Order: sequence, then structure tokens, then C-alpha cells
Amino acid sequence: MTTRTVAALALAGLLAAPAWAEDAEERLLVNDEIEITLRAPAPEHLDGALPEIVSGWVYRSPETQDLQRDDFDNPGILYVDQAREVWNAALGSEGKSCASCHDDPESMRGVRPVYPKWDEAKGELQSLEMQINECLTDQMGAEAWGWDSDDMKNMTALLASVSRGMPIDVAIDGPVQDIWERGREMYYTRYGQLELSCASCHEQNYGNLIRADHLSQGHTNGFPVYRFSTTALVSQHNRFRGCIRDTRAETFAIGSDDLLALELYVASRGNGLSVEGPAVRH
Amino acid sequence: MMERREVLMLGAGAVVALGLPLPAWSAADDAVMAYTGGSDVLEGGVTLDAPEIAENGNTVPIRVSAEGAEEIVVFAIGNPNPGVATFRFGPLAGSQEASTRIRLAETQDVVAIAKMSDGTFHRAVREVKVTIGGCGG
Amino acid sequence: MAENVKPRVKVPSSASAGETVQIKTLISHQMESGQRRDADGNVIPRSIINRFVATFNGETVIDVVIEPAVSTNPYFEFEAKVPESGEFVFTWYDDDGSVYEDTASIEVS
Repeated sequence: MTTRTVAALALAGLLAAPAWAEDAEERLLVNDEIEITLRAPAPEHLDGALPEIVSGWVYRSPETQDLQRDDFDNPGILYVDQAREVWNAALGSEGKSCASCHDDPESMRGVRPVYPKWDEAKGELQSLEMQINECLTDQMGAEAWGWDSDDMKNMTALLASVSRGMPIDVAIDGPVQDIWERGREMYYTRYGQLELSCASCHEQNYGNLIRADHLSQGHTNGFPVYRFSTTALVSQHNRFRGCIRDTRAETFAIGSDDLLALELYVASRGNGLSVEGPAVRH
Repeated sequence: MMERREVLMLGAGAVVALGLPLPAWSAADDAVMAYTGGSDVLEGGVTLDAPEIAENGNTVPIRVSAEGAEEIVVFAIGNPNPGVATFRFGPLAGSQEASTRIRLAETQDVVAIAKMSDGTFHRAVREVKVTIGGCGG
Repeated sequence: MAENVKPRVKVPSSASAGETVQIKTLISHQMESGQRRDADGNVIPRSIINRFVATFNGETVIDVVIEPAVSTNPYFEFEAKVPESGEFVFTWYDDDGSVYEDTASIEVS
């Protein structure tokens, strides 16, 4: 029996959706004011691969879902608070803070939904992490933050939080088209000893259980997410890296061109869902 | 008031007489006994809300409530250390209820014991299933 | 002192006299249980917030004794009676001796 057959059989042996899936009242209104779009028409480029796109929030247990309804219940917001302090702190040789150029974090509403995006001046695709580092090094004379450092995760959480409710809207054409196609190719490539592609779970089996995990469609509209498993914020690249490692593959590096391409493609699959970050996941 | 040893002997004796296997006396039972001092613990009068299935054992939301309670103690019977938290309600408590999030090492019973102002103990038990994820845990 | 320990408290800004209000408190703290081991196999020592007290105008609302089984970033939700205007004081006590505090005022009519 080939590994592929074993993997296919393993997937086929999945249980049906968990009991709670039927009862949950499916609405996410954060802080009694931010309406989160949980379901949206599948973007055209998916070409029918999904009947509709659905936020990962829908697949979580009611107790997990409840933690995202109020910023005083959501542990991810503790890290947003930390980033707010850093936002106002002068960092680097220029003695500037983020606030020196950008006023308050709320003025950054509209930034998160369009990332990763093409930077014309630098001639490259940039994730939010790369843009933040560009500000730090080029504008503030400060040292770049590690992609997965606490400072960076906290700041991306802050930037996500002020854009909550806005639809994800990343461009996939023009200068980023080749990179997007590379990302799409990766999404459908089977990796590792288990020979699983992103699509194996998130396109062909969302809604099913893998052991006790209720599979989502794998969108990134909620990132950075507060995960119970690490009781900390988790970045997109960290999650991609983890997923691919879990197929028992030699996985990609955080911040690599490979994961950046995947980030763009996966983001585009969620075009139309609301920015939800920092979301709460298990 | 009965000594704990007497309670144990009586219980064990009664059980042996019926030919049933002796119940295992665990650290959790010690902890509960230490708290109640061997007094009777009545069922009911205390609500313990906990999920039937916890998506992750690191963060399990629970809620305890017992009208007229001075304090409520929570035990996680299957944890390495059974004690979880003690909620003491002061004069300005709006109600005798509280919510928190706890760590459960594995599927187990969570027990809430309320000590009422009249000195009686009441308890509620909930089994919480703790799952192992499919993707990197 | 543990690093980056910051509270986040939700208290209504106003209420009527004698009303019961809902309070939510979160604080960022690792709550190292003493059960984990580091890469070399040594036990990482316990270091948690072991007590949380909420008072209103000096009187106790709730007093919580906390064990390592309470999750990282401890959360407590409870209710308080507010007989008059005043101030809530929230205090968290750390194993390492640190004490963290937050306050919130409420207008009572």
C-alpha cells in the first residue's frame, strides 16, 4: 500500500462534523459593534474549488467562539495593548515613534486587508512584517524585529485589530501575478511523508474532523491568531511552517520567499472575509 | 463529628460486605476531604458550567455559581495537582458566581464544592473531555 | 518581576445605586505551572499569580486563591454590587512577590 493510499484512507476515515456544529448561533459581532463577515462568495480565481468561503471561527467550539466576542474576553487583545505602548515609544536613532508619522493606530485602518502587497519603490512583494521592518530601519533608525518576535506579532495584532470588519482584498495580478501563481502551485502540492497538500485538508475536507480537530478552510483573515495550544499569538508563516512540518516534510523557513508566495495565495482565497485578527483559535 | 479514619473504615467495611471492589482513594479525594473535613457533601445547590468537549486542555472556560455560598472551591480530579481555585465572595459580591479558564491535563471530572453560610457543603461535577488535536497538537 | 504583566479590566462607567454590575478581568501572565521541563530536561520552576482580589471603596467583592491549573493570561468574570459612586481596586499577587494593580471608577446615580 503506498503512502498516498494510506493517507487517503486515513482522511476517508474521518468522523463527521462534531455535534456542536448544528447548534451554534452563527454571528460574530465584536464588542457589540464590529460585524464580522463569516461567509462570502468564493473569489472567482478559485474557479469553483469552494462553494463559498467560510471563516475559521465557524469551525470552533461555542466556548472558543465566545472568547472572540468581546475585547475583554479575547486574550489576543492583551498583546494589542502591548503594541499600543510600543506604538507611542521612540525607537531608534531618529527618536521617532510610529505615532510620529502615523498618528494613532486607528488611522491605520485599511492597511491590513491589502497585505501582502507589492511595494513599487522596493520592487518586491511585502508582507506586513516586511513593511513594519522597513519603517523601523529606513524611517526610525531602529533595528529590524524578528519576523516571529513578540514585538512583531504584537504589532501585526494591533494593525489587524483596527481593520476588523473590513474585507480582505489582496491583489493577485500585475507585478505579483507570478508570485501568486507560485503560491497556488504550492497550495496544491503534496508535501512530506504523508503526502498532504493544503488542499487535502482545507479544500477537500473542511468541516470534517482530523482526530479531534475540526478542519477549517484554512483562511488567514484571523491572523495573527491567539492559539490555546501555545497560549500566545501565532503568525501566518509560523502556522504554514507548522502545517507543512506536520506532513512530515522538511518545511520552509519563516520569512522565506516560498512562504511569502503561499501567504499571498492563501490570503487571496479569503478575499471577501472580514479581517478578524487577533482571532481566537484552539 | 466523625474522624476521617472512621468514615473510611465504615465506608470500606460496607463496601467489602457487599463484595464490591474497594474504591481507589486518590489524591483528589484527599484534597476534597481536606477541604470539607469529612462533612457530608450534598448534591445540588451548586452549578458548574464546563464544556462537554474542550478544544484544548490549556484553556477550558468554566463558570461556578451557588446562591448563598461563602466560597466555592474547584478541583480538577485528574490533574497532577487537583486544586484549581477558591472563590471567596465578599460583602459587595453581586452574586455568588464566577467564571475563569482552567488547564486540564486530560479527560476528567471537574468538581465544584460550595461552602454555604450555614456551614453545609454542596457539590457539582462535570466530566470534560480533553481532545488531542490532529495537526501538531 | 515577571515581564510584560499588564491587566485589562472591563467595568461599566455608570450604574444605578444598588445595581449589580458585571466585571471582567484579564491579565497577561505566563502562569508557569511548575510541570513543564526545559530543553535540558530540567523542571521550569512554578511562577504564577497566586491570588486576585477585587474591592470596591475598600470592601471586598471577591478574593480568589489561584493554583497552577488556572490558564495562562488568567481571566476572571464576576459581579459586584455598587451602593454608591466610587472606585474598584483590582490586585494580583505574583509568586515572585510582585503585586500588580489596576483601578476603575464608576458613577452611581
